[in-house]
Amino acid sequence: MKPILVKGSEAIALGALAAGCRCYFGYPITPQNEIPELLARELPKRGGVFLQAESELAAANMLLGAASTGVRAMTSSSSPGISLMAEAFSYMAALELPAVVVNVARGGPGLGGIEASQGDYFQATKGAGHGDYHFLVLSPASIQEAYELTARAFDLAEKYRQPVMILTDALLGQMKEPLILRKIKPRKYPKDWALTGAKGRPGRVLRSLFLGPGELRSRNELLQKKYRAMRREVRVESYLLEGAELVVSAFGSLARIVKEAVNLAREKGYPVGFLRPITLFPFPEREFRKLAEAGVRFLVVELNCGQMVEDVRLSICGSTEVRSLPFPPSDLPAPEDIYREIKRCLRSPRR
Amino acid sequence: MSEKSQKVKDYRFPRVLRDRPFHYCPGCHHGIAHRLLAEVIEELGVRDRAYGVASIGCSCFLYYYFDVDICEAPHGRACAAATGAKRARPELVVFTYQGDGDFAAIGLTESLHAAARGERITAIMINNTVYGMTGGQLSPTTLPGQRTTTTPEGRDPRVYGYPMKVAEMLAEFPGVAFCARVAVNKPKRVLEAREALRKAFLAQIEDRGFGYVEFLSACPVNWRLDPIKAAEKVDELAETFPIKVFKDEI
Ligand SMILES: Cc1ncc(C[n+]2csc(CCOP(=O)(O)OP(=O)(O)O)c2C)c(N)n1
Ligand code: SF4
Repeated sequence: MKPILVKGSEAIALGALAAGCRCYFGYPITPQNEIPELLARELPKRGGVFLQAESELAAANMLLGAASTGVRAMTSSSSPGISLMAEAFSYMAALELPAVVVNVARGGPGLGGIEASQGDYFQATKGAGHGDYHFLVLSPASIQEAYELTARAFDLAEKYRQPVMILTDALLGQMKEPLILRKIKPRKYPKDWALTGAKGRPGRVLRSLFLGPGELRSRNELLQKKYRAMRREVRVESYLLEGAELVVSAFGSLARIVKEAVNLAREKGYPVGFLRPITLFPFPEREFRKLAEAGVRFLVVELNCGQMVEDVRLSICGSTEVRSLPFPPSDLPAPEDIYREIKRCLRSPRR
Repeated sequence: MSEKSQKVKDYRFPRVLRDRPFHYCPGCHHGIAHRLLAEVIEELGVRDRAYGVASIGCSCFLYYYFDVDICEAPHGRACAAATGAKRARPELVVFTYQGDGDFAAIGLTESLHAAARGERITAIMINNTVYGMTGGQLSPTTLPGQRTTTTPEGRDPRVYGYPMKVAEMLAEFPGVAFCARVAVNKPKRVLEAREALRKAFLAQIEDRGFGYVEFLSACPVNWRLDPIKAAEKVDELAETFPIKVFKDEI
């Protein structure tokens, strides 16, 4: 198959189409407008629905309504818009609605900027809205992976009856790379919960209000059980772990710069490896723990003030040293910046 | 699309309603509105493809009473959720059931935009001039001088302005095909309310546009009145909120 040259945001839209997405609802925001613009052209041609909403609030609730009828549906936005959608996400998680949400994140807090940022890691992995709930979160590092993971997100959403988030950033969203439009075969899951009209059956309800004694606790236990079951979906990319004394970890587009730094360090003979979480929730705890048990130290590099590093520390429970190398949003670091820190880590005695 | 109309000629319990006691306070008009809604769904023969959106307010337990598919929406977002469902499956007959706080305060944007787009949905607003569920606070439709728990001295227009006339506003939208304000405090009005509801559903069934019915509705508990006095007070409300069909393109 001949590759095409597309932006990351376009690859996400193409992945959604390949997975049979039928409905898109969204509100314009930079740097992700290529997603709605492509879908506005393509979805109606395929008998699907494209609707620009009056706000992210409305978009997220339109998504809730569409998802409740059992069709494949999605929204996309960037950081401030995702904040506005948070209440609906909490409801969707509680109603167990499968849907795909894309965050092409930008710098914050507040209006922040439109440069690449990973400042929404907490928001994505810890739930964003109220109550004990989680997204399943996937984070691509290449345009091919953005396509594949978006398509996969629709399957996972239905498999677990669960909103799935693609967390990426302005860097991946805006850059162009070759993409092979691999054919996707959407999986089929039972939809015996969907609201399709109560023909030949009693009316169904999708609700999140539970006032009876113990009802809400059972509801939460059910959700937690599901989140534990989702650990099966954990994916990482590991590289040069053989003989590594220091493992550098990063996610998303930044991981590519980090990987270059690791290559530089290996060329100079430093015993360093690379581990990239692809699922951010569930977090690849076991993968980190195994390395920690083998005595490996960690350096966590992020385009924020240090967020994922907390999950790495939780995963290994203080059994080894974890350093943070945060780059708050402004300019992107060069591989050399990270390489210097790798050297410093390896030269310094273990804490 | 042809609808098999099953005229309800007697006073049987509507099949669309589940046989269980309402949780509403004595004298509350939610119950009458429920009954009418159930009758109309049955009469129009759309029970099997009905999709209701339960909003957040006293009527959030809508699904206890209606034997149709029902989804809960966050406070104020019923018209957005209904839009999503209707766009995803246009064959569904989609309705929302909302309070004045839900429809006209927190959710005003979603309500107006759904109407402006001419969504093929039916929106029902129960206007009882207060937030019933949370204990009788000020609402956009509270009358000047009306005491609520957050306007203990009465609504002062210099602080809170004047009641919002939603039906009048919606009638201006070309996307709205049917728009009426009704009341159920007198038998004749109940019959008129039923007819308005029927047309508000026909608006979407016949693909004409957005259908809207506003019920002037008694909330005896938060009005601090007994059920009879509360029903009488609805006439007083009607001086500010005329009971009227504002638009009928059916
Ligand atoms: C985001 C959010 N804000 C506030 C509330 C609390 N709340 C629940 S119902 C309600 C108002 C209900 O009033 P109305 O819509 O007029 O319906 P009624 O209860 O009178 O039928 C409020 C403010 C909520 N559930 N969610
Ligand atoms: S509080 Fe008012 S609106 Fe709510 S059930 Fe009671 S009477 Fe009805």
